[in-house]
Amino acid sequence: MTNRPWTFYVQLACLLGFYAFTAAVNLWFPWRAVLLYRLGDAWLPAAALGSILGPVFLLLSYILSQVFFKIAAPRRGGGKAAPPMLMLPEEAVLAAPVLAPPTPRFLAAMAVLGAISLWALFLWCRQLYYGLTVTGLGGSVFWGFYIVNFVFFIGISHAGTLISAILRIVQAEWRRAITRSAEVITVMVLMFGGGSIIVDMGRPDRLLNVFTDGRLQSPLLWDVCSITTYLISSTLYLYLPLIPDIAIIRDRCRDWRKPLYELLSLGWTGSHEEIEVLESCISKMALLVLPVAISVHTVVSYVFSMTIQPMWHSAIFGPYFVVGAIFSGIAALLIAMALLRKGYGLEEYLKPIHFDNLGKLLLVMSCLWFYFTFCEYLTVWYGAVPDEMTVFYAKFSGNYASGFWLMVATCFVFPFCVLVSPLGRTVAGTVMASATVCVGMWLERFLIVAPTLVRPRLPYATGVYIPTVTEIGIFAGSIAAFIMLYALFTRFFPIVSIWEVREGKELAEAQVSARIRTYFPS
Amino acid sequence: MEKLKEMRSSRKSFLLAALGAFAAVFSGGIGRAWGKGHGSEKAGRHKPGSHLWGMVIDLDTCTGCGACVLACSAENNQVLGSPAEAAMNRVIRWLKILPSQEGEYPLVKQRLLPMTCLHCEHPPCTKVCPVNATYRNEEGIVGQVYPRCIGCRYCLNACPYTIKFYNWKEPVWPAGMEGSFNPDVSVRPIGVTEKCLFCHHRLQRAREEAAAQGRPLQAGDYQPACAEVCPAKAITFGDLNDPDSAVSVLARDIRAFHLLEELGTEPKVTYLKERS
Repeated sequence: MTNRPWTFYVQLACLLGFYAFTAAVNLWFPWRAVLLYRLGDAWLPAAALGSILGPVFLLLSYILSQVFFKIAAPRRGGGKAAPPMLMLPEEAVLAAPVLAPPTPRFLAAMAVLGAISLWALFLWCRQLYYGLTVTGLGGSVFWGFYIVNFVFFIGISHAGTLISAILRIVQAEWRRAITRSAEVITVMVLMFGGGSIIVDMGRPDRLLNVFTDGRLQSPLLWDVCSITTYLISSTLYLYLPLIPDIAIIRDRCRDWRKPLYELLSLGWTGSHEEIEVLESCISKMALLVLPVAISVHTVVSYVFSMTIQPMWHSAIFGPYFVVGAIFSGIAALLIAMALLRKGYGLEEYLKPIHFDNLGKLLLVMSCLWFYFTFCEYLTVWYGAVPDEMTVFYAKFSGNYASGFWLMVATCFVFPFCVLVSPLGRTVAGTVMASATVCVGMWLERFLIVAPTLVRPRLPYATGVYIPTVTEIGIFAGSIAAFIMLYALFTRFFPIVSIWEVREGKELAEAQVSARIRTYFPS
Repeated sequence: MEKLKEMRSSRKSFLLAALGAFAAVFSGGIGRAWGKGHGSEKAGRHKPGSHLWGMVIDLDTCTGCGACVLACSAENNQVLGSPAEAAMNRVIRWLKILPSQEGEYPLVKQRLLPMTCLHCEHPPCTKVCPVNATYRNEEGIVGQVYPRCIGCRYCLNACPYTIKFYNWKEPVWPAGMEGSFNPDVSVRPIGVTEKCLFCHHRLQRAREEAAAQGRPLQAGDYQPACAEVCPAKAITFGDLNDPDSAVSVLARDIRAFHLLEELGTEPKVTYLKERS
């Protein structure tokens, strides 16, 4: 027996833990199917979901095993310490946020964000004590701000992984500097999306009932399954391309974080074989993450569209929500990129061309969003079913008209005008458009949830839903906590991928010109 | 080469066979699940000796006095509710009288609709429950399991009649009222959904009494509080499986209609139109 460093055993334990989780997933679904069959309830959804998600987790286990056995486990250098990872002088700016002590401005921002988050935490504790009576819900409105935030946050989370996976798969070389910042948004915001559901629950203490009594034919269970899968796979998809950069930081970090980097870098030395294994794993993950991401927002929409409520029960909701999600995701990514560029002086890496390209994508999504909205509302209006028209007019010319037209202006009119003008090719222009899109997409989610509930079918006394300080405070706190976590991430890991940008500079040009040569007759 | 070909063909046939077996199991499963949802449930419904509880409310005889509302809330330990809660539309009444105006002045008509859970044959609320806390039992009553409910409020949103209720806060009663609770009905905790259960506790008691007397349960043994108390005898309750029961006869009346019939929920509470 030769001695292994402690990191090896922790990594091994993590791998075994993931195996156990995979086994649990693969056993849970058949168990639910059998139990539901015995109860005389529908068992097929459990079997069907299990037969999809089981293999997904087996695949994730396989990818993790590859990483462990081919990168972390082999012993290199015959006991000799490997030479430290290379970092070029011009890359110092990328590692600076991690290695240099935080500036007073950063600490001040953290303090403000932390205060808002703590306030939200206090409000949530208060709500736990008094119950949902502290919200503005009541009458026929049973869902409000929290569910809107849930849909909104899950939408923002499509920024990352989806965009980064698409750009990776189509080999868009300009992606290299922006994928990391997008993937981090996904992982961080997804936690708040899932958290919103727990905040919304009347009995969060009974959360585990979902696993012990889960009925897989409820769209809420579809959400639980697909969001859990998405969170795990997008975390892995963020982590894999991070390994070489962690190794670079590991060899330069001198403070208390060094053991953390040693653990996470998996003993990376940057050898050719390691890079080959890692790149094959990353491309497999990109392919896996795409359908998972699309499924997430589709089933979020199903929560509404599977009911028979007016203007919820619509087949367009699946793709409509996915389009809206990618739309708001790109907007959030553009804002994050602009802040990073300004805050860390990354003008050399996040160039106007990146904003220009993403701006074009934003324009496309804005047009697609308008197309879907138009389809949805025209169909309802032309069909003129009375129940649906009540909700339609509430949005179009009633109580919610100001929100509705503000949404049209902020999601389509303003971003479209900005992005087709020369302003749309600049950093400032795309960021302006993005800011309005974020507001507009939140409004869109609100206008899907609230008007339908405020207008019940039978002639009940209807109130207006006015959110309370608690609901607004928890929303503000979630955003503040998200920004804080994101900023903390940039202090622990390089937010622009050092090795991918370097690889792009060194190899991509030759690869791309070789690829282009294959397109044409020789 | 020959061997390789053979191996290939055997592998192909193996894959085909596996695919066929999978398709057979899968389609068999779908067929079975389909049969469960439609055929077999209907078959069970007409089993002799089994009951299907239903209600008929005659809007012509109903005076809108509100005795049923009072009886229901007293029988089922419902919270009294405060003016503040009323302002938020949060007062819980499993049975309530829904007023609506028809026509314009001077030809105005006020209509009153006693509204309770309609105990749909195809309830949209039970479909979406993530934890089996709301379900349709074999006698047609749509039940609610308070200790299992996680308070997601999905069923309340899915109900097209908006006739389920949510405990926004811990229930409180005026001091001393605990002594007058109905001991057969559990008090609901904070954060769960509740609804009309057709006074299910009375059914349980009637069943126990019938068993003690060694006879089968008869439809007349069991009446919910609202039907029992109605001074105008506008509410008729009974077994819809028995074609000769009063409730079945009335449900076939020419004046009979259901709320939002077009949704296909098949409510088991039938209304009789007012005579013109």
